[in-house]
Amino acid sequence: MKPVEESPAAQGRPCFVTRGLTKVYGSGPAAVQALRGVDIELPEGEMVVVLGASGSGKSTFLNIVGGLDTATAGQVLFRGQDMSRANHRELTRYRRRHVGFVFQFYNLMPSLTARENVALVTEIAENPLTPEDALALVGLEQRLDHFPAQMSGGEQQRVAIARAIAKQPSVLLCDEPTGALDSATGIRVLEALKTVNDDLGATTLLITHNASIASIADRVVIFADGNVREVRTNTQKKQPKDISW
Amino acid sequence: MTGPLAWFSALDRKLVRDLWRMKTQALAIGFVIAAGVSVHLLAAGMFSSLEETRRAYYERYLFADIWAPAVRAPDALIAEIRAIEGVQAAEARIRMPALFDMDTMSEPATGEVISLPDAGESSVNRLHLARGRTPAYGQRDEAVVLQAFADAHGLDVGDTVPATIYGGRSDLRIVGVALSPEHVYAIAPGELVPDDRLFGVMWMGRRALARAVDQDGAFNEAVVRLSRGASEAAVIAELDRILDPYGAPGAYGRSDQISDAFVSSEMDQLGTMGRVLPPVFLLVAAFLVNVVVGRMIAVQRAGIGLMKAFGYGDWEVTWHYLKLVGMIALLGLSIGAATGAWLGHAMAALYMEYFRFPFLVFRASATDYAVVAAIALAAILGGAAFAVRRAAALNPAEAMTPPPPPDYSKAAGASLTRLSALDQQTRMILRQIIRWPWRAGLTVAGVAASGALLVGTLFFTDAIDAMIDTSFSVANRQDMSVAFTEPRSRAAFHAIARQPGVMAAEPYRSVPVRLRQGPAEERAAIIGTPLDARLSRLVDARGRPVSPPPGGLVLTDDLAARLGVRAGDIIAVEAAEGRRPSMEMPVSAVATSYVGSGARMEIGDLNRVMGEGPLVSGAYLSVDPEAADALYERLKNAPAVAGVGLQTLAMERLQEMMDENLGTSLFVFVTFAGLIALGVVYNSVRISYAERQRELASLRVLGFSRMDVSYILLGEIALLTLLALPVGAAAGAGLAWYLAQAMSSEMFRMPFVIAPSTFGFAALVVLAITAGASLLVRRQIDRLDMAEALKTGE
Ligand SMILES: Nc1ncnc2c1ncn2[C@@H]1O[C@H](COP(=O)(O)OP(=O)(O)O)[C@@H](O)[C@H]1O
Ligand SMILES: [Mg+2]
Repeated sequence: MKPVEESPAAQGRPCFVTRGLTKVYGSGPAAVQALRGVDIELPEGEMVVVLGASGSGKSTFLNIVGGLDTATAGQVLFRGQDMSRANHRELTRYRRRHVGFVFQFYNLMPSLTARENVALVTEIAENPLTPEDALALVGLEQRLDHFPAQMSGGEQQRVAIARAIAKQPSVLLCDEPTGALDSATGIRVLEALKTVNDDLGATTLLITHNASIASIADRVVIFADGNVREVRTNTQKKQPKDISW
Repeated sequence: MTGPLAWFSALDRKLVRDLWRMKTQALAIGFVIAAGVSVHLLAAGMFSSLEETRRAYYERYLFADIWAPAVRAPDALIAEIRAIEGVQAAEARIRMPALFDMDTMSEPATGEVISLPDAGESSVNRLHLARGRTPAYGQRDEAVVLQAFADAHGLDVGDTVPATIYGGRSDLRIVGVALSPEHVYAIAPGELVPDDRLFGVMWMGRRALARAVDQDGAFNEAVVRLSRGASEAAVIAELDRILDPYGAPGAYGRSDQISDAFVSSEMDQLGTMGRVLPPVFLLVAAFLVNVVVGRMIAVQRAGIGLMKAFGYGDWEVTWHYLKLVGMIALLGLSIGAATGAWLGHAMAALYMEYFRFPFLVFRASATDYAVVAAIALAAILGGAAFAVRRAAALNPAEAMTPPPPPDYSKAAGASLTRLSALDQQTRMILRQIIRWPWRAGLTVAGVAASGALLVGTLFFTDAIDAMIDTSFSVANRQDMSVAFTEPRSRAAFHAIARQPGVMAAEPYRSVPVRLRQGPAEERAAIIGTPLDARLSRLVDARGRPVSPPPGGLVLTDDLAARLGVRAGDIIAVEAAEGRRPSMEMPVSAVATSYVGSGARMEIGDLNRVMGEGPLVSGAYLSVDPEAADALYERLKNAPAVAGVGLQTLAMERLQEMMDENLGTSLFVFVTFAGLIALGVVYNSVRISYAERQRELASLRVLGFSRMDVSYILLGEIALLTLLALPVGAAAGAGLAWYLAQAMSSEMFRMPFVIAPSTFGFAALVVLAITAGASLLVRRQIDRLDMAEALKTGE
């Protein structure tokens, strides 16, 4: 894959296009079909919520789109570039330049403070926010020098979001970011994600088990048995503070 | 246990699967245990095998307890000797120095000829005949030859050897080839190194030898075996009393018998090696295993949570993991036992090359095996039990979620890590070390311990080089020493000094003496040499020559220590030759001597106190190598010459011997020290990897390359290794110092010398091993599965 040129978001081109995306884990009788030929287009800048039963292939899809894993067959186009044939080094570059990840269990570096966790990424990014600005975006300007062990789960997750957005990513990928949090904290995290999506225009994919979160999305993708069963677009977006679970 | 067999096998299947998954780590731990176990078995087993072999050999071949030389004592005295209280058996015999003229070499071979009883077998010092027979009565020229000498020259039954005995030439016909308990370590008196080519022993019939050396109806040595519980000192006193009128220099026991003294010294050293090094190895191994197993199990917390969620009790969980580590311990034990036994056999074969026993079987005792098994199992199970108990105490739900982030807020207060100049990765490395100082300390200690073992073992070559250098380049610079059959006039010395090829010559007078200070008594020889001797001399601790001042005596440090005297003290000296005068003499200086011991005087002084004219016992020569062969030829035919010592050859031979034997043991020790380092480093990094897999995977997700991620993990071990180097060097120096003290014997004193290259080599080995272990883990980092590592499980 050639380096993706830094094209401004819109121009009507979709951010991701997948064609016949297939993933098989293992081989022989023990093989598991995690994705069975997914075809989907996701436009630039949207907030996309991904729903689906456990084991339906959501995480697998996100991981392939985020360059953590490679597909068994089919294509992923990121801004028109085919990533299916990218090697390790190119995938690393892709993640470094374009992708921000947020996980269910935060995955912060326990030995670094909030500021340093964010600096970890800004040191290798090309056009980053300062760690302080990134943390301010998620409302943590007061917690700069705290270590993960000194913060609540919601705070840790917001540091993770700040870390993911500090590089001004093209896409923000979140795998059940509220899964380990209570409702009130989860809503704060969703607000942070929404701010980022609105302010930086990063295409955001958000996996969740929680159907009520779908109402904050521009688009809702529903997975079932390794494929996309349904794609809905929301005409009426709700604010995170207006939902609850 | 009441449960159905089914769960038993399910759990055991898990055991096998777990073991298979951690096979590299299990092997690494196994090897560390194996290293400790095999070194211990090797040293302990070799020591007990040698001891048992020597005991059996001496017993079966009736090795003497006391040797009582005389000049010429009447045969009838032997009855009186046999009647001494405590004497179980005694034989009168004739023993004469001899030169053998071997056509396989130009140098003369020095040696001795010993008589065998004409009828029946000797009741003391029997021969072990390898081939042939003993001389027939009445056959004047038949002889049995020492096997080592025969092998070195390709001699066999039927061959003839020209010999000069007591000034007379005769051709000895070989009728038998034998081993003798008196010549387990076959070495010429006054030499340092056995050289099978240069030292020969022949046995002849008593009557035939008596005729040749003018000892008809007489003997010049009684050999005695003591009855059980008899006092050696009392019998020696009696023997001295009986033989005193016949020119006896004094009887001596096994500790002064040259072969046995060497064997004992060798065994003492082996014993020390066995007492010092293997426990260090075993302790280091135990300690590492303990740490490693503890951390290995801490990483298994998810698995433990799962087992408990299925309803297994704490004890069952504990038992499961103890079985797991028990298997690893057994693996290490079996590899170690097999390797130890195999090395033992190889080493026994090596020992047979210069300890001439008729048999030497390597056998480690059951106790040796039990001890290593107990220590290894205790270490590994003890280490595991603690960690398992802690893991089992977790409630299942807690155990199955990822552990909460460890708190770095206190440790990271260390202002060093706040420096803004640091990048985040380096900051992580430093905080990791500061946060877990104990763990980092253990890694440093483990790496340092293997470094110390390397330095402590490699030091031997440095010490021996220093020993050889001082002994041969500073103290004993002669190429050759020539001993006369008896003290001769100065003219005899000048005759030798004038020989073509002799570039420098110095006379010496050697007098056997007893030195006394209070209750302490030592047998020694006073060597008289010219003032400002240039060839053979004593040196002080700084390697400068020490000349005995007029009227004064210089002692070597070991002899002074055994007598408990210092420079300035007066000691009693009793000569055992000539008119055997007794006198008191001032010790004017104490000299350093790494090899051999003795006393020195100015030769004129020595002649004067002996009440004799300017007599010499022999000469030290510096020889033109071109003319050496011709000189050897003349010396072999000189009736006055009893023996020729070849210093240069001895040095070469010593060097060779050290390279062969020491080289082999060093290789073993270095390999094991290396294995320990490998075990420590590999496990340390591998466990860090397991503990921090999530962290590392997250970094990869954030866009860090494999290189960046490796830096965080391997940078830590690199830093710790660098910290360990000076610690290891210091500990190694300490170990070397201790070994130098412990390994010194009457024969050799080990100087405490460590060459810079030894430190360098040890550091290089440790660094190479760290790099190797890092590469192994680096491969795992490359295969790190991001999607998998970030899942909730593990
Ligand atoms: N590394 C893997 N090896 C084997 N099977 C896997 C692996 N990862 C996921 N799967 C399987 O692939 C399917 C899809 O998993 P996943 O994408 O994690 O689903 P979701 O995130 O929707 O719960 C499941 O059946 C899961 O068991
Ligand atoms: Mg999932």
